[in-house]
This record gives sequence, C-alpha cells and structure tokens, in this order.
Amino acid sequence: MPQSATGNDCDLAIVGAGVVGMALAHGAAGAGARVTILDEGDRAFRASRGNFALVWVQGKGVGLPPYARWTLGSSDLWPGFAAELEAETGRRLHYDRPGGVDVALDEAELEERFSGVERLHNAEPRAAAVEKLDRRRLQKLLPQIGPDVVGGTWCAADAHVNSLRLFDALHEAARLRGAAYRPNARVESIEPLADGFRLVTQAGEMRARRVALAAGLDNARLAPMLGLSAPVKPERGQVMVTEKVQPFLRHPMSGFRQTDEGGVMIGYSNEDRGYDSGQDWRTMARIAANAVRVFPQLAQARIVRAWAALRVMSPDGYPIYERAGSGPPAYVVTCHSGVTLAAAHARILGTAIARDAWPTEDLAPFSARRFAHG
Amino acid sequence: MARRIAQPARMVALTIDDARVEAGEGDTVAAALMLAGLDRWRATPTSGAPRGLYCGMGVCFDCLVTIDGIASRQACLTPVAEGMRVETGAGKRRLEPKR
Repeated sequence: MPQSATGNDCDLAIVGAGVVGMALAHGAAGAGARVTILDEGDRAFRASRGNFALVWVQGKGVGLPPYARWTLGSSDLWPGFAAELEAETGRRLHYDRPGGVDVALDEAELEERFSGVERLHNAEPRAAAVEKLDRRRLQKLLPQIGPDVVGGTWCAADAHVNSLRLFDALHEAARLRGAAYRPNARVESIEPLADGFRLVTQAGEMRARRVALAAGLDNARLAPMLGLSAPVKPERGQVMVTEKVQPFLRHPMSGFRQTDEGGVMIGYSNEDRGYDSGQDWRTMARIAANAVRVFPQLAQARIVRAWAALRVMSPDGYPIYERAGSGPPAYVVTCHSGVTLAAAHARILGTAIARDAWPTEDLAPFSARRFAHG
Repeated sequence: MARRIAQPARMVALTIDDARVEAGEGDTVAAALMLAGLDRWRATPTSGAPRGLYCGMGVCFDCLVTIDGIASRQACLTPVAEGMRVETGAGKRRLEPKR
C-alpha cells in the first residue's frame, strides 16, 4: 500500500497498548512487521496497571486442558523472554521463578483443588506437575503461616515479575524495534477495505494493511467490526500492598507476593460490578482478614495503597485467539492473564501475526466459536 | 531551614532519636523534625537515596519515621504528643513472627 501524504498508513495496526498489545507489538516488530499501536488515554480501563504480577501456572486449564499446556509453554518461554527484554532495554524486570504456593484454610478446599489438578493430569499428562503439601511440609517452605492454614499446593513452574517494569520495558523495546505508539487514539470504528482496513480514531483516520485487536474489554465492541467475536466482560479485583518490609516471603502465592522492593501485595477479589473500577471497604476488610489468617505477622504491616482493576473475562475465563476467516488479515487476542502469557503472546502470536502464519490448528481450542451455541 | 511563623498556645516535649525537643501542640511530627534542623531523615529501602518531607500531605510516604516503636509512620500526618518517641533512619521494617 502506498504511503499516504499524512503518514497515516501502516502495515500492522495493533489496537490496545496494555501488556497484551505491547507483547504482540514486541514480537511482531521483532519479526519484521511495521507496527503502529493505537491506545486510549489515561482514563482507559487498564488491567495492566492493576494486575497481581504472577507468572502463574498451577490450577490453570482445569476446564480446558489445552490452556494448561499453553500456559506452561509461556511460563517456560519466560526466562528467555525476560532476559531478552532486559538486554534490549537495559531495564530490570525482577523476574523470579522460585516456584509458587497456593495455601488452603480448610481440608475440603484443598481436596477439591487437588482433585481438579488430578483431573487435569488425566486429560493432559504434559500439564505442569502440582504437588499437594500437608501443613508440615508447607511450613518448611513458609515458616510464617498461621495456625489456620491446613496445607497447600506447590508448583515449581510458578514465577513472578515486577509487572510495571515489564509494562515499561515492553513499551521501550517496541519503540526500539521501530513500532509507533499513538496514545489518545481510541478506535471508534474499523471498516474492512479490499486491501486492508480503515480505522477511525479519536486522533483521525488511518489505514492499515492488517489489524490485531488487543483492546481488552473493548474487544467486545471492536471484534464484530472485523467479523470476529470476543464476548468479554469485566470482573473486578481488588488488591492492596503493604509498606516495604524485610524479605520474608520468597515464593509467589495465589493472593500474596512480596515484591523486589519489599512491599507485600495482598489479593484479591472476584466481583461482578460491571464497569465500576472503584473500591469498597468491606471487600478490602475481607481480603485483609484472610491475609492475616494466612500470615499473622501481616497484622503489623501498614497498608500503603489499595486499588481495583477490571479483569477481561470471556464466558469460560479462557483466552480468545482468532484470525478472521475472510478478508484482509485481522486477529483478536484477549485474555485475563496477560503477564503470564506475555512470553507466548510476543514470541508465538506476535511472530505469527507478523508473518500472517496463524497456527490455526494449535489455537483452535481458543476460538470464540466455542461460545456459539449456548 | 524551617522557621516557625506563628507561636503555638502550648508546647509539648518529645524526643527525636533520644534528643529532647519541644514542639507546638498541634504541630505534626514532620514540623518538629524540620524545626529541629533535619531535612532528610531516612534512606529509601529500595535505592538508599535520602528522604525527608516531600508532599507534606500524606500521599508520597517519603517522610516515614518510627513513632513510639511503630515503624513506617507518616511524620506529615501524625500530630506530636507529650512524651512521644520519634526515631529516624529506619530502613525496611521487619515483621516479627510473634508479637
């Protein structure tokens, strides 16, 4: 396509500059695509700013075994991905993979969770190994647990990262790879043309030879414009973080992690509150009370910040990855585990989009067609 | 150097790092520290850079001190009290397993 006089034509337009969009941009730009990333402004719902920063494997895919493999695959790509981003940008991500724990406060909860793990392993023997730990074995890993903790599950693949540093490094790396970032350019509409798309944005019109949607919750609105479907809805989660304290928690946990700087992140909630990204003290109090049951010494810590963010949830909670069946290349990529999946999104999906070599068969389990009936 | 611009009705006595100082009733701990001639009183646990009063209104958490044995309290939001013990220079707080 010839370059327009205004410079508003591009090869690949990625809609959405959160961790998902930026991971795609990083991978696609690395594979030779000329990428323009269209972002909203400061008021966007930005799950990437509110997430818990786990690179988490255990428990994933119990209801969709291919997701367990996809998640483990991304988790295994993460060490190389983090090293590459750090070398490229000079930024430190504080990625660490010491193995993760999910504690339980009653036996029934632990049994139910572990039977899910066993079901998954029967369906998908290559899923990550998850071990059940009784209280005594758990105490060896986490001596600080309170008397109410009955045990937990352990997975050596679980990791965590400083996700704000990841977000920053992805932006920097995409820039270094020649991608153009356009903030305050919310996409109002997309119209397929014979050889590409016309995008009407807040910042004017542009044309793109191909489009990848990574707009989080806004994918629900945008996907039908490309003949795709992404029926995602918000699920609110609240998180709080303590003052910086001496390291005591080496392992990332479901609902707890101590950051590289010393703050202890405490989560979380799963709330159906529409697009309300506010907070409420009842939920925060419940989260804090639970945290103190797991780690009684947290009662001494001062909470310095608390926030809420909206997860991007499909009807079954699993990602939607799809290429439009006809017309110029158009893709939708949406999930709620953008940090865990960042490595796969960059290395696998970003590259596939750049080369228009979509691995249709591998990604069939993640097609939105699974929601077509019912 | 900080300078008092209005005289308080009453003074209270407290200690800053074991040195006895006087502050006006209603002053914040940050004001007492500034009037005692300090403008930086801890190092951040992340980078070691010096910190003192920055926003002065409870947002930035730069002015943290230990007050009456409780670490990481905001000097800018805490009023002085008779007999209060203020300690500066604490780094990352240690959470004691049992208290």
